[in-house]
Amino acid sequence: MSKRPEHQAPPELFYNEEEARKYTQNSRIIDIQAQMTERCIELLLLPEETSCLLLDIGCGSGLSGAVLEENGHMWMGIDISEAMLDVALEREIEGDLVLADMGQGVPFRAGSFDGAVSVSAVQWLFNADKKSHKPVKRLYQFFSSLYASLSRSARAVFQFYPENESQMELLTSQAMKAGFYGGVVIDYPNSAKAKKFFLVLMTGGSAPLPKALGTESGEESNLQVMYARREASKRARGKPLKNTKAWLLEKKERRRKQGKETRPDTKYTGRKRSGRF
Amino acid sequence: MKLITHNMLTSKCLKGVVTGYPLAISATNIKVTEVDFNPDFIVRIIPKIDWEVFWKAADSIGHSDGLPQTVESKLHDNNDFLKKVHRVLLEVEIDEGHLTCPESGRQFPITKGIPNMLLTEAENKFAMLLKSANDLYHEVFAPMPRQI
Repeated sequence: MSKRPEHQAPPELFYNEEEARKYTQNSRIIDIQAQMTERCIELLLLPEETSCLLLDIGCGSGLSGAVLEENGHMWMGIDISEAMLDVALEREIEGDLVLADMGQGVPFRAGSFDGAVSVSAVQWLFNADKKSHKPVKRLYQFFSSLYASLSRSARAVFQFYPENESQMELLTSQAMKAGFYGGVVIDYPNSAKAKKFFLVLMTGGSAPLPKALGTESGEESNLQVMYARREASKRARGKPLKNTKAWLLEKKERRRKQGKETRPDTKYTGRKRSGRF
Repeated sequence: MKLITHNMLTSKCLKGVVTGYPLAISATNIKVTEVDFNPDFIVRIIPKIDWEVFWKAADSIGHSDGLPQTVESKLHDNNDFLKKVHRVLLEVEIDEGHLTCPESGRQFPITKGIPNMLLTEAENKFAMLLKSANDLYHEVFAPMPRQI
């Protein structure tokens, strides 16, 4: 069985009391969460020296919230796991907590927040834990309601663990569909352990994406940044669709170049057989 | 749950609910916790909160004395006023009780200060949208003869 928690159980069951305990006792988990939250705040580009109202999506036991407090911000958190929220209460965090499922939409009114952060939570949305769960629809529902609840020119930064390329693409494309601009910033892309994915979303106009950490030159960091649209157009430009005439002609041309025996192109090449055959 | 959260919270994710705001509070237990006073944050947040909703919410749980019914920008320099807002907005917490959606009457329980906004699939707005799109497909497109 895979080690990814998303594959083991739905979030409200996986984060039970035992699992939630780890988030107060394991100093390694605490350190990593704090570091990632620091980086999220950095990527949010909030105005300096002002305390903002932030939304923490998948706030869990409030580890990320504690970092937000240290930076002088007020926050509200949503999470689906009651056990994790109970731990947050024990830790006496300053923020306010709401028990909610992000896939059902963010239950806040328009323009509430100056920014949103999320540490290791969005990958849960790729799961269909119930028969009625449609990951694509849930992602869209989440992003569109989040877009509404942010004030203009606010940003949302999500640290997440994508399983593969297509998950990352699905995530960005659904965010774009909901009206966000932005893309994925990959910190330390060449390191297996320190590599971290951040989805940076902006509401007001497109601005250049922040630079990723651990990349030498600026040009290289641009390569790491993936825009969903650019990816889609690249796909469109590539090889012709398989089993079409264009594809067949290209294949024959390639064989000719390799010096292999190939029948000449005629008006019959790549045509369907008549039904009589 | 603090009143600042109440001021932002809606039940718009419910099926058949358009705005779902403001949610009515019925509290059985209210507590007051100490929070550091940050006047800059209060000044920044006042234009963002819906003052009428805030005042009514404070009134419904009996913490409105000293709060004006309308807010004026000249009050922003008044430290006593800011302290009062700070107290009601951030320190007063609803520990037990429930919230009621103004449109559907659905109740959201508050336990240990955490409102439970989880919906069942039947209540979720999006689940309904999905279903209706599916129905539409079967009504409109399925009866058509396939043309190839």
